[in-house]
Amino acid sequence: MNKARANPYNTAAMHGALILYTLIALFPVFVIIINSFKDRRSIFREPLALPNSESFSLIGYETVFTQGDFFLYFQNSMIVTVASLFFVLLFGAMAAFALAEYRFKGNLLMGLYLALGIMIPIRIGTVAILDMMVATGLVNTLWALILVYTAQGLPLAIFILSEFMRQVSDDLKNAARIDGLSEYAIFLKLVLPLVRPAMATVAVFNMIPIWNDLWFPLILAPAEETKTLTLGSQVFIGQFVTDWNAVLSALSMAILPVLTLYVIFSRQLIRGITSGAVK
Amino acid sequence: MKRARIRWHILVFLTPAVLVYTAVMMFPLFNTLRLALYTRIDQERVFVGLDNFRTLFFDPIWADQFWNALGNNFWFFVIHMLVQNPIGIALAALLSHPRLRFAVLYRSAIFIPTILSFVIVGFAWKLILSPIWGIAPDMLDWIGLKSLYAPWLGKEEYALTTLALVSVWQFVGIPMMLIYAALITIPDEILEAGEVDGITGLSAFWKIKLPLILPSIGIISILTFVGNFNAFDLIYAAQGALAGPDYSTDILGTFMYRTFFGFQLQLGDPHMGSAIASGMFIVILIGVCIYLFGIQTRMRRYQM
Repeated sequence: MNKARANPYNTAAMHGALILYTLIALFPVFVIIINSFKDRRSIFREPLALPNSESFSLIGYETVFTQGDFFLYFQNSMIVTVASLFFVLLFGAMAAFALAEYRFKGNLLMGLYLALGIMIPIRIGTVAILDMMVATGLVNTLWALILVYTAQGLPLAIFILSEFMRQVSDDLKNAARIDGLSEYAIFLKLVLPLVRPAMATVAVFNMIPIWNDLWFPLILAPAEETKTLTLGSQVFIGQFVTDWNAVLSALSMAILPVLTLYVIFSRQLIRGITSGAVK
Repeated sequence: MKRARIRWHILVFLTPAVLVYTAVMMFPLFNTLRLALYTRIDQERVFVGLDNFRTLFFDPIWADQFWNALGNNFWFFVIHMLVQNPIGIALAALLSHPRLRFAVLYRSAIFIPTILSFVIVGFAWKLILSPIWGIAPDMLDWIGLKSLYAPWLGKEEYALTTLALVSVWQFVGIPMMLIYAALITIPDEILEAGEVDGITGLSAFWKIKLPLILPSIGIISILTFVGNFNAFDLIYAAQGALAGPDYSTDILGTFMYRTFFGFQLQLGDPHMGSAIASGMFIVILIGVCIYLFGIQTRMRRYQM
């Protein structure tokens, strides 16, 4: 590019602005985590100081581990998220393949029907969903959450995956047909491996909203043994609201898993957003 | 060779998704709209037509709460449009600058709040803004603005705006990413052609890039709209279901939760809850229609 853009003052100003915003974005997280390792007195006296040998304390974490069942909550969140993603990807890819591959009566209509849910939030149907879950006895089971998140994730998954499946070459599929592969084998052995990057994008998009959701766990599965990590920390913090050590530690414990997931998948996530998959 | 009339594999591929989607999403959605037309009298479900809506819009007890929640929700949305989206666009414009060093690092760091749950965000800010802990007043003190401090979340006139700004802080990463994606697809030739004509720097942004990314800004606006009118979690995590102080942070989501699930002394009423949900549905539908027919079709798209 040209030299006029490399003005050092401009560059410095740009970095200044970005660093300032990065600090604003990270500051609350940083404050919560450092204070979770301090004793009560230091939390209040010097909230911005790093923990040192004098102020270091794990008392908050002890409370969290003895009073709250965070391993169970974590396990529930894990089961719900992984199972929902599995069904979103499997059912979504199957439907996307049908819409992208075959011409049949009502194809367009079916596509539109399935796309409706991209814009309409599933929460609006909560009253009837709860009714249904009560009637089928699924209330306070993880299945209630898995079903809801699968339904919630399907519209966008089908939309994105069918876009990608239209790009798979017809010659390849026809060659496989001549070789005698069944339609199921073409889907499983040929098309699925080719759209794996798009599947990863869909998975990453769905993962965070499912993991972080508070609404449906609160309404469909508030029992102690089915609490997810998000709901569990909400309830725990509500009960221990005056115990700052415990609250800060519980917050840090809730931040940790999602931050780990982000570090693992951030490249995938950012590539997914910026590749225009959501346009 | 004779082909079977019904191609079973299409059915096999479509059925699971259509079944789950219909049973858990579309059917409950329409069932909720239907339930809004009933009420419960002596353990029996009675059809009452639009009575629930009349109560919701005109009965003093309900109407006050409903219009309050709707108005608050609009204010919540306005703050997002005026603060979140311009900041997101500005950050994206900076990040998309060619040869900017550490761009990936900035991008990943600024996106971190977006991945945190509302519970974490709500409580973290509640602690930071709390007068008990004193981080916010201390920091304002450093820059000599301590007099500006107020317990924002506890004051009726500030609480909603404060929470909207917390939500902006959390979600600024989404417009940033989407605009960034749009900006990097602008071909260099266009920008270079502008440079030849003497358009560089800021004026290149206003005159060349901004018109080209308008469709993305439209998409972000409608995503913000749907997201805001469907919001609940942050208010619930920070202020509880009563959306205090004195309902000043009540939005449609918290109002619907209280109404249909019940809270403290109030008994749950699924039919009034459905009526509020229908109201949300109509608001979102109007927003989506304005976008689809009013904005998207009129927007110029440039071939790039």
